[in-house]
Amino acid sequence: MTVSLEFLVASGVGWVTACGIYLMLRGRTFPVVLGLSLLGYAVNVFIFAMGRLWWNAPALVGQERMADPLPQALVLTAIVIGFATTGFIVEMALRSRHESGTDHVDGASASGEERA
Amino acid sequence: MSGLFSAVWSHLSILPVLLPAFTGMALLLLGDAPSGHGQARLKWARRLSLSSAALGLWIAVSLMGEASTGALQVYRLGEWPAPFGIVLVVDRLSALMLVLTQLVALPVLWYASGGWDAHGRYFHAIFHFQLMGLCGAFVTGDIFNLFVFFEILLIASYVLMVHGQGKGRFQAGVHYVVLNLLASALFLIGVSLLYAVTGTLNLADLALRVTQLSGMEAVMARSAALILLVVFGFKAALLPLSLWLPGTYAAATAPVAALFAIMTKVGVYAILRVHGVIFGDTAGEVARVAEPWLLPLAMGTSVLGALGALASRTLPRLVAWLTVASVGTILAALGLFTPAAWSAAFYYLVHSTLVVAGLFLLVELVAAQRGDVAEALAPASPVAQPVLLGLMLLLAAASVAGLPPLPGFLGKVMLLKAAWSTPMQSWVWTVVLGVGFLSLLALARAGSLLFWNVRPDLPAASSGASPRLVIPTLILCLMGVVMSIFAAPLQRYTDATATQLLDRQGYARAVLGVDPATGEVPVSVRPYRMPEPAAQTNPSREAQP
Repeated sequence: MTVSLEFLVASGVGWVTACGIYLMLRGRTFPVVLGLSLLGYAVNVFIFAMGRLWWNAPALVGQERMADPLPQALVLTAIVIGFATTGFIVEMALRSRHESGTDHVDGASASGEERA
Repeated sequence: MSGLFSAVWSHLSILPVLLPAFTGMALLLLGDAPSGHGQARLKWARRLSLSSAALGLWIAVSLMGEASTGALQVYRLGEWPAPFGIVLVVDRLSALMLVLTQLVALPVLWYASGGWDAHGRYFHAIFHFQLMGLCGAFVTGDIFNLFVFFEILLIASYVLMVHGQGKGRFQAGVHYVVLNLLASALFLIGVSLLYAVTGTLNLADLALRVTQLSGMEAVMARSAALILLVVFGFKAALLPLSLWLPGTYAAATAPVAALFAIMTKVGVYAILRVHGVIFGDTAGEVARVAEPWLLPLAMGTSVLGALGALASRTLPRLVAWLTVASVGTILAALGLFTPAAWSAAFYYLVHSTLVVAGLFLLVELVAAQRGDVAEALAPASPVAQPVLLGLMLLLAAASVAGLPPLPGFLGKVMLLKAAWSTPMQSWVWTVVLGVGFLSLLALARAGSLLFWNVRPDLPAASSGASPRLVIPTLILCLMGVVMSIFAAPLQRYTDATATQLLDRQGYARAVLGVDPATGEVPVSVRPYRMPEPAAQTNPSREAQP
């Protein structure tokens, strides 16, 4: 039995998204940030796959068979923006931890709380 | 000299983006002293920032003058032909939104220069980056570019949101950033799905190509459109996604909250462009995708906003809930999908943005004169300027609630007239009138508590607000009066705007160009077709136009 490339990519995107959403629903800022990053990776692969999966095809002109270059350009933009926003949320989470004395997203006090 | 002027004039469409970008960079270079009060650098930053905002207003008004003739100003970046290059398009709607943005930005900057800008660093620079994102989102003719400008305005708003710092702001800020990052991820999924089935990102080209979709592709396009509705609905604070707004806006400083009054309207604008125009009447199998959702959710948003306003315990929260209520009214008008209702939506949108921005500034002026009670809705010592502040609050409140002869009333009358004899008439009338009444109740309760239910035994907390703070607030409140004086020309403009939006062929001709041989818009071919078994064995790309 062979597994198609499409199936692998689709299930991979789905699995990473599921993990990302699970982490985003946690109560502390660190797992939330990790969840956002995972979701960002899944979205990047998703955009890439929306240009269809080509095998052995260059992205630029000159050949009969070529991959769509536009989603690849879009992914680059999305990666850059995602990187910047992740950096920002990390800094923001640190400042919030510093200001409120807890890393819980709702600012619940550290004592007596048992959220992961 | 005239050569220079004409060169600038030919690039006018991109100036609303470039001017704030360069101003922001210059302000970053100018630097910012950590403890700002009275320092020369801060003075220069204020001068530069205010004059740039005034210039921006002039540019926006010039663009509106051009657009009001009905001409579409298409700016092709790098002269790459659409749909391959990025285009900026200024039509009547874009010009209206640009003018509105600058009309809010200038008084708000003036107000912030009265002291708030010294409570943190680089306020003016970030403010201009936010303006750049806002203006860019309003002029772009490309949906991926819309995403990029969304991100620019959001990143700037994350920083502005925590301006002034403090525990409450950082906590609300973390929520705001995380939710917006999630919305951005959904935005990318929606946009790339749309690209997968249509093979284009240009708004004009999209409007032509979605009409060709059928079968599985139409299903994919529907899901893309509904994912985008979630994203834009989140920005616009549509019903299940509006709960983030009051806490965030109430935690932000007054001038920032006043500027944020325009941010929900970016969501409204995007819903209109994507779900109103691209997935509009003529879109074949995917026509009016958003219709079953938009109107009921919008009316629910309105009711929730009014109830929230009644339940608020602080002044900024009250105004924030009124923002939600007004967005609900605007979206309900969009959800009717008729030109008359859209025209009402534009009129009401301009009015509600100005008056909500004015209210955010006004409640801070009031709160500053109430001692320790400040913004909480509880009896306090009498304010120092009861007549001035009371009259301003009365003016703004009457306008928000929709009392004649103020523009809130005119906008609602236009909406009610547009809803006449539609199937949803009874719902729209009930909700709009009921929400108006509830808003009036909430504001009357707040106003009587602020100005009449006072405790004269307490010492006066303040000697009165500085004119530098009062004048910008007054300007924002008085713009409402101006809007009702010039209601007739404004309504002509908004009517023409709605008609122009529905002319998808005219938009396509202007953006994509006309084939000189046939005199029609060249029909472009999508690069992929889904149900094509041959493509799997020998994938070959179909010819691009």
